[in-house]
Amino acid sequence: MSNLAISVDDLSKKYGTGLAVSHAKFEVPLGTICGFVGPNGAGKTTTIRMLLGLISPTGGKGEILGAPITSPDKYLSSVGAMIEGPAFYPALSGAENLRVLATLGGFPQERVDELLKQVGLADRGKSKYKTYSLGMKQRLGIAAALLPNPKLLILDEPTNGLDPEGIQEIRQLLRSLADNGTTVFVSSHLLSELELISEYLVMLRKGEVVFAGPIQDLFDQQQPFMIVKTEHEQDLPKIIAIAEGAGHKAHLRDGTAHIEGPAEWSGTLNKLAFESGILLTQLSPQLPNLEETFFELTGEQK
Amino acid sequence: MIRSIVRIFFAEWRKLRRPTLLVGTLGAVAFFSVLVSSFLFLMIDSPQGNGDRGVRITREMLSLSSGATQSFASIGNLLGIIALCVFAAQTAQEYSLGTLRNLLVRQPGRIRILVGKLASMKVFAIIMTLVSAVICIGVSYALAGGKNVSTDLWFNGDGRLEIAKTLLNVYISILGFGIFGMVLGIVLRSPISSISLGVLWLLIIENLVGALKSSTLNWLPGNQLGTIATGGSQNVSYSHALSLSAIYVSATLVIATVLFTKRDVSN
Repeated sequence: MSNLAISVDDLSKKYGTGLAVSHAKFEVPLGTICGFVGPNGAGKTTTIRMLLGLISPTGGKGEILGAPITSPDKYLSSVGAMIEGPAFYPALSGAENLRVLATLGGFPQERVDELLKQVGLADRGKSKYKTYSLGMKQRLGIAAALLPNPKLLILDEPTNGLDPEGIQEIRQLLRSLADNGTTVFVSSHLLSELELISEYLVMLRKGEVVFAGPIQDLFDQQQPFMIVKTEHEQDLPKIIAIAEGAGHKAHLRDGTAHIEGPAEWSGTLNKLAFESGILLTQLSPQLPNLEETFFELTGEQK
Repeated sequence: MIRSIVRIFFAEWRKLRRPTLLVGTLGAVAFFSVLVSSFLFLMIDSPQGNGDRGVRITREMLSLSSGATQSFASIGNLLGIIALCVFAAQTAQEYSLGTLRNLLVRQPGRIRILVGKLASMKVFAIIMTLVSAVICIGVSYALAGGKNVSTDLWFNGDGRLEIAKTLLNVYISILGFGIFGMVLGIVLRSPISSISLGVLWLLIIENLVGALKSSTLNWLPGNQLGTIATGGSQNVSYSHALSLSAIYVSATLVIATVLFTKRDVSN
């Protein structure tokens, strides 16, 4: 058996004349947490829907846990998923909603109470779903995804609506699941959260995969940079010109200059600025982080 | 295969048995059953008639072996509309609530889902039929004495056969209406749209078309299903209504199955 949880090759989905997903190719090894990121409309949900057999690909192929995505019945019993937020029957209680899915999937009913406890809904399990807060709905969605005790867990924005404490709990839950061998494929807009827990990353832009691989490889490809502020804002273009004159890429962002270069070069930059009569009020060397890298690779505005 | 259909059946039943739906639906069934049965007996001497569309159903007719089920048979259309609403809502809500994707992740066999859901809704239709039959026959029996209608033939051998036949016919009729509702739910993917269109068609369009050209009543699907419940009418024979309904139901089921299995689930 392959050591891949997800393998996608040349996968495409066309709607009308536009490609929602274009020749996507990526792999996710078993037992890892893989972040799935991209701007709105990049094709994340379409890709997830294809992985779950909800929509048919226009081209290409994919495998989940070694079975082709054209035969979802061969792998879905080992996959838990929450797509596009939680969706349940409003007139049924949280527990009853889970029982519907447990009955459908042939999972033991005792698992419902265990999971409600695990996601912190034990005392609200008998309340109707329509009375739940957004955070509670999200927790119920995660509980539903965990019903099959999955080998692969696919979550689309699992932390939406959760407070910081809830986000931390979900992060710990995902970490413990991965430690126990579950592969987690999670899309989120909270890039700092993904950076904390992900070992792998798939990044989409306009339906195309712009990066797929270990997250450290992504950072290794990125340059360290400096954030520079000057006493007078009109001096920023001069600083950019100085940096570019010294062979460093630089650009303006949010009233600061972002200049690529190692931390050691910051002293030289400070000296060059002083010689030009410019007073620097901030000079902060930065290592690349996921958020910066995301904006860099996807071309999104911060 | 069978095991997964049984699981789908019970999963669907968990939704159907919720008190608001079950009690609400059976309440409506009980209300119409009491209303139609009472009307039939209490208006027996009315010159405006006591049956559907002003038809007079006399004491002599009600004293026959079919008398016990007269009101039950004539309520078939109303029960059918209730079934259409329930089946349509139960199916379309999976799209409108987004729960269909949960179902398909847990059970990717789409035809199995359709079969399991339909089986569960069939049981719901059986309960509707039985509740209505008990109330209609009970109310009829209670009112018959006061209106000098003899019940001697109601529960003899022929009477029991009539009751069994009517139960079956009304059930077939309700099921037909329900399946139309389910198909509308799959096609339109919205409970409000599918119920509105279904009720509009049955209550307004068919009646208007039938009033403009009575020969169309031989072909309109709602009228065929209503005719099955009554065991045939003056204009449409039972066998014609049954065979034509079978064609309509089969054709729409095929269309719905193809749509349900092939269509992307993107909501």
